Amino acid sequence: MGGTLQLMRILIETSQATFSRAGEPVFEPIDLSVAGGRALVVRGANGAGKTTLLRLLAGILRPSAGQVKRHAPVAFLGHLAAFKGELSCRENLDFRRRFSGTGSGMSNSRALARVGLAGLGLRPARTLSAGQKRRLGLAGLLVAPAAVWLLDEPYASLDDDGCTLVDTLLADQIGRDGSVILSTHQRQPELEASPEVLVVQRHAQGG
Amino acid sequence: MLSSMNALLRRDLRLAVRHGGESLMPLIFLFAVIILVPLGVGPGPNLLASIAPGMIWVAALLASLLALEQLFRPDLEDGTLEQWWVGPGSPAALVVTRLFSHWLITGVPVIVFAPLAAEMLYLPDSALPTLMLSLLVGTPILSLVGGLASALTLGTNRGSVLLSILVFPMVVPVLIFATGGVAAAAEGLSASAHMGLLTALLILAVTLVPLATTAALRLNIE
Repeated sequence: MGGTLQLMRILIETSQATFSRAGEPVFEPIDLSVAGGRALVVRGANGAGKTTLLRLLAGILRPSAGQVKRHAPVAFLGHLAAFKGELSCRENLDFRRRFSGTGSGMSNSRALARVGLAGLGLRPARTLSAGQKRRLGLAGLLVAPAAVWLLDEPYASLDDDGCTLVDTLLADQIGRDGSVILSTHQRQPELEASPEVLVVQRHAQGG
Repeated sequence: MLSSMNALLRRDLRLAVRHGGESLMPLIFLFAVIILVPLGVGPGPNLLASIAPGMIWVAALLASLLALEQLFRPDLEDGTLEQWWVGPGSPAALVVTRLFSHWLITGVPVIVFAPLAAEMLYLPDSALPTLMLSLLVGTPILSLVGGLASALTLGTNRGSVLLSILVFPMVVPVLIFATGGVAAAAEGLSASAHMGLLTALLILAVTLVPLATTAALRLNIE
């Protein structure tokens, strides 16, 4: 692949970034940089600040110290899939595509088929099961492509088949020279090149 | 950015259509007030004509308040609100879009049916243009001020009481200038001073509210 010959482009990086809640930093300052074609797994105990770190990288939170630099469009998939239950899967995906303003994504039916929801395009999103909602969230990443994927616990509530699907989608994204940063505490993504691991340390209480 | 605003507006209107009955509430409010008050105070044309501007304006105010509790809360709960900060659109532009759709859903129906309501209340024809102008300039202020209050009370568990307490004092000037102007026009006087002050309030609200609302929303998603 040509990507290995070129100098890898850094798509997202932080320097000494942290986020404070009520004046207390949530985690120890973090330095990271992820290039195109690379994946980073964020690990840490419950409450260590994995979700906070991903929200910080996405731009939802502002760093209280240090810097976060995004050099490419990012997509964030969190615990809440950000879909409207009253609208059908198709309408939700249409919204995602227009909202992100990218024109090059997959069509709805292809994206739904890719995540195993073929034929459910007209179903209101609220009638989907928890696992199907997660899959719809993954379809959202396909219709509105972004160079950097920030995934918070992408394996949660998915069956074995779904976990394999996440691994394939990750491999595709990396193959397109995109970046992936994901948090997980159960399953390690099975990828060709094993991803870097970042362990988030809860900030030691002062005093 | 325009594509994000367009997408948000279209989805908001689609959801409003899908909620059907709920979206008709502003009109039901308007006509409940117009029909019930004459039953209470008596159907004398002179009395009704003198209280007509106030009644239509109170109905517009209540209609705007109705939907405020749900202005940002569903988006906060299903995770769509935090995506406003991830996408390419500026959050303040998306706030303006959301407030505009609130106005389209709660303000515009009242404006459209105001001539009918005015006719039912014997409002003199000479006052109708001023009434329409006051609604056109004034109802966006209701949406803007209400949106700010809605964003500020998003973090409280049941915000509606606090929301009303916040909104009412801020919309008192709107109510006074709007109804004062219509009353002046009904008596054949010039309403330009009232309308000028109302427009000044609108400009003030348009300038300050989107930024303040964006900041308040940001505090809530953090």
